[in-house]
Amino acid sequence: MPGRLKTVLIRIAQAIPVVIGVVIISFVLTRALPGDPAVYFAGMAADEDSIAQVRENLGLDKSLPEQFLVYVSDLASGNMGTSLSTGQPVAQDLASRLPASLELTLTALILSCAIAIPLGVLAATNPGSMIDHVCRVLVTAGVSLPTFFTGIVLIYVFYYLLGIAPSPLGRLDFTYIEPDHVTGFYLIDAALAGDWETWLGALKQLALPAITLALFTLAPLARMTRAAMLSTLSSDFVRTARAAGLTDETVLFTYAFRNALLPVITTLGMVFSFTLGANVLVEKVYAWPGIGSYAVEALVVSDYAAVQGFVLAMALLFVVLNLLIDLAYTAIDPRIGFNSQ
Amino acid sequence: MSDLATDPGIGKSNGALDHLIYVLKENPVTLIAFAMFGVLIFVAVFGPVIAPYDPLQSDAAAALQPPSLAHWFGTDNLGRDVFSRTIIAARLDLIISVAAVALSFVFGSFLGAVAGYWGGLIDGVLNRVFDTIMAFPLFVLAMGIVAALGNTVENIVYATAVINIPFYARLVRAEVNIRRTSGFAQAAKLAGNSDLRVLACHIYPNALPPMMVQVSLNLGWAILNAAGLSFIGLGVRPPTAEWGIMVAEGANFIVSGEWWLALFPGAMLMFAVFTFNLLGDGLRDIVDPRQRT
Repeated sequence: MPGRLKTVLIRIAQAIPVVIGVVIISFVLTRALPGDPAVYFAGMAADEDSIAQVRENLGLDKSLPEQFLVYVSDLASGNMGTSLSTGQPVAQDLASRLPASLELTLTALILSCAIAIPLGVLAATNPGSMIDHVCRVLVTAGVSLPTFFTGIVLIYVFYYLLGIAPSPLGRLDFTYIEPDHVTGFYLIDAALAGDWETWLGALKQLALPAITLALFTLAPLARMTRAAMLSTLSSDFVRTARAAGLTDETVLFTYAFRNALLPVITTLGMVFSFTLGANVLVEKVYAWPGIGSYAVEALVVSDYAAVQGFVLAMALLFVVLNLLIDLAYTAIDPRIGFNSQ
Repeated sequence: MSDLATDPGIGKSNGALDHLIYVLKENPVTLIAFAMFGVLIFVAVFGPVIAPYDPLQSDAAAALQPPSLAHWFGTDNLGRDVFSRTIIAARLDLIISVAAVALSFVFGSFLGAVAGYWGGLIDGVLNRVFDTIMAFPLFVLAMGIVAALGNTVENIVYATAVINIPFYARLVRAEVNIRRTSGFAQAAKLAGNSDLRVLACHIYPNALPPMMVQVSLNLGWAILNAAGLSFIGLGVRPPTAEWGIMVAEGANFIVSGEWWLALFPGAMLMFAVFTFNLLGDGLRDIVDPRQRT
């Protein structure tokens, strides 16, 4: 066990330079604003004095390394600046909207794993069959789908034509009352409060955006599961296990599937990157009040502090997710170590 | 027989052609992908000639008409012809993605080759930089770059190029690195070629086949990326015809049932991405059959 603990600690230590790099890049992005940020932040009706005042307030009269130190110490105390459009601190805005985005992203990922992995396994165990062809078409078509477009098509079919889905505006129809804030996830909060009517309302509202995101992430996962299963099924240890007379189920799940899972989890890391990006588009399509639509609104009114705060938050989230994925490796495959550097 | 003997050049080119025909016969999907690619290029080049209407000309009397013989894809809320706009947009979308991919190809090749051949400090620093770029969700980083540099079409191209450079550089670095000390490279060096010449003329060309596959797959992704950025209001400004913007404008009318505004540009966008993905898969099967999935 201490060996594994050491592995975990080393992996966490490896995330530190990446976080430093992320902070440096987001600092460069904030300072690369077109024109003079002080003029911009001072607003339209600013004169020379007020611009100088703002420059001093923002610390823009200092040298770049000094500015960087100020930026880092601000970040360390959770200060990402103030949003021009909402007037609130960016960190507070992001924190209040993050649960909505996470609820959407996680639901979509669980949904797509639940479909993609069995589909990939079935396709690999029956090569050349109907399900294999379905998998293949889905995989090639799936990666070509622009998420914002699938979202619109789903709205047209399920809201306008069939009338099954509620109107694509936000997390909860106005006829319901928001559940008490515990985790910020409406599904969990409503369930905790025992309010199943609201729970159902939230689920209905969540269904279409989650399906849109899931369709997008389905393709790489199914593709990788199929490929990984095919290669493990044709390997020597599976042949040996079969020859030893183990049942099909044991061979498939204990021997082949567990080994095939590693590349699938690697793909999951890449899929996260896509999902967090696609999240922005899906949130815009469904008017979902998450951090993605917050960033889009901020972009439209050139609210740079909010946009850069969003970029930084997303990057840190992604670093943490990648860390969790790598730690999941050690749980699945005890051979994995991070000794190489 | 005697023809072949007297002119080996013809026999050789026939051989290459035969091989191409053989490959395409073996994989009809790749053939279809090439045909689709031809259609796309044709539309991009001759778009303004094909388009029956001016893509910017509005006609309030004919606003929001469903598809008809006069307007194949219907008209939008200002009475502009959706068919013409969809066709015209092909050129802009392709130019953005090709320019972005070309930039990342050139810079990625250069940085990757330098890192792979000389290694050392440059390699270490570049690797850290690429790690950091890839630590961002890429679409989000592109948003941040465009927001920081300013909201223009050129900056969409630069942002898309920056987020793709690591993929190219990593690929070239790996290909160059494994061949750095190989026999043919050392022989070329002994024959008196400079490091730069060995790298550029002897080692680097070996990285081109996998790079081509990457380019093709990447083009589809670059189009999606650019359309996504303009969908959220970055880069291309209305009233310019561009697929992402047209879908965004059409989205406002989908809830009232005017589906043709968003459907046709969206379908065209999907067609373009699908073409490049098929092409990339086909090229990969030709270049490296082992990676087939």
